[in-house]
Amino acid sequence: MRHEDGSKIASPEQMQVWMKQTMDWIGGIAAQNKFVSGTGLMFADAKVVSHNKVVTDGPFGEIKETIGGFIVVKAESAEEAAEFAKNCPVLGGEGNTMEVRRIAKNDGTH
Amino acid sequence: MKQQELIPHLFRSEYSKIVAVLSRRIGFEQIETAEDIAGDTFLAAMHSWPVNGAPPNPVAWLYNVAKNKAKNYLQRNHIYENKITPELQNTFDAIHESEIDLSPKNISDSQLQMMFAICNPVIPAESQIGLALRILCGFGIQEIAEAFLSNKETINKRLFRAKEKIREEKISIEIPGPAEIDERLENVLTTLYLLFSEGYYSVSQNQVIRKDLCFEAIRLCLMLIENKNTDKPAVNALLALMYFQASRLDARTDKNGEMILYDDQDATLWNIDLVGKGGYFLNRAASGDKLSKYHLEATIAYWSTQKADTPEKWEAVLQLYNRLLQIEYSHIAALNRTYALSKANGKAEAIIEAEKLKLTNNHFYYVLLGELYTDVDNEQAKSNLKKALSIAKTETDKQTIRKKIERLK
Repeated sequence: MRHEDGSKIASPEQMQVWMKQTMDWIGGIAAQNKFVSGTGLMFADAKVVSHNKVVTDGPFGEIKETIGGFIVVKAESAEEAAEFAKNCPVLGGEGNTMEVRRIAKNDGTH
Repeated sequence: MKQQELIPHLFRSEYSKIVAVLSRRIGFEQIETAEDIAGDTFLAAMHSWPVNGAPPNPVAWLYNVAKNKAKNYLQRNHIYENKITPELQNTFDAIHESEIDLSPKNISDSQLQMMFAICNPVIPAESQIGLALRILCGFGIQEIAEAFLSNKETINKRLFRAKEKIREEKISIEIPGPAEIDERLENVLTTLYLLFSEGYYSVSQNQVIRKDLCFEAIRLCLMLIENKNTDKPAVNALLALMYFQASRLDARTDKNGEMILYDDQDATLWNIDLVGKGGYFLNRAASGDKLSKYHLEATIAYWSTQKADTPEKWEAVLQLYNRLLQIEYSHIAALNRTYALSKANGKAEAIIEAEKLKLTNNHFYYVLLGELYTDVDNEQAKSNLKKALSIAKTETDKQTIRKKIERLK
């Protein structure tokens, strides 16, 4: 889940709606027995450590994009995973995107 | 109590206690000997009581006879062992020193240890339930066979194999140490959960046995709570779940033993007392930092005791199922979650989600689709219910589906 701007502050009511939508979305994947794990990431206390080891707050400002969380699913194909991604409520925010990636196996193959 | 009822009644309550205490004394691998001694004790009662009249304190009588029989067995065994291993000089004294202890404390300790021994993952799940019914609940083989819709031979074979496994794996009777108790307790809870479900959802038509299974599971769960080592949040949650579900036992079948669906149940028949107990133990479960599936299921079961169709109820139930499915997937949770979704978010969304489940071997899946399409597209509803009817296995399920099809006309 990639957010265009993590510095936007949502109202508690808005947070509650997103929370429900996200739980329903994950519940729908879990109901198909395709859910493995999910991790939400906090925007508060985010740090970016750059090439020259300078630590800055956020990835806000010059970097326009930040990761809001990730979910691991069991999918037959990248296409099926993309179908799951289409229904993620994060996409309700303009500029937000979902990125689908395969997990590398630990045996040197992919 | 009449004499002919007295012995079966005592068998149910005392047999398991005697077996637990004796097995603990002579070793779990000799459980069959313990069972023989307990069985012989009741045989003696059946011979003596009709002739001489029941003793004033029948339980004490049974314990005395069991003690004597056990002592005789140990002496005989001792003489035999002494002949082949004469160096064992002190065992005879040891027998006299350690009397067979049938005090309430030792009975409950022994039964608790027995519970852990039986609910051992090396024994197949079906056999665990069979053994639990026989050894912990004092069920007859015939009753177990009825509960499983099986026959005595099959059950006997299953129990025999389980006991063989006990010997092979050298499973001992003991309560696991603090380090492994949580893990072992999980197995015990799984077995008690299955035992309860066997009664609650059983295919058996025998209502009395089904109810007994539910209340035996409750009794064993209470036993865990009474011991401070096993009085854990998840145990309390499981007990709460059982009480909430059991509160509807009297309302869910009619006088012909036919299933009455939740929506059609007479809520005045729901047992308020059991609902209250469920609430009490759910409160007690609310400690610690681990949210078990039993916590989630108990809370769902709590909402089922509230018949009013409020938006709060269905939103809460939906979110509980969302979380439950993340902990542990099951067909029934997936189907129930989709039903809650239709109540909370509307049928249109639920139909899309339901079509994704593709549980095409499961008649409840088509029942759900039938339910969701009702009043949206009745032709679709009917064709789904007909599919459900074609794959339903039990007569009770078929009957329920036929009624639903009938209502659509």
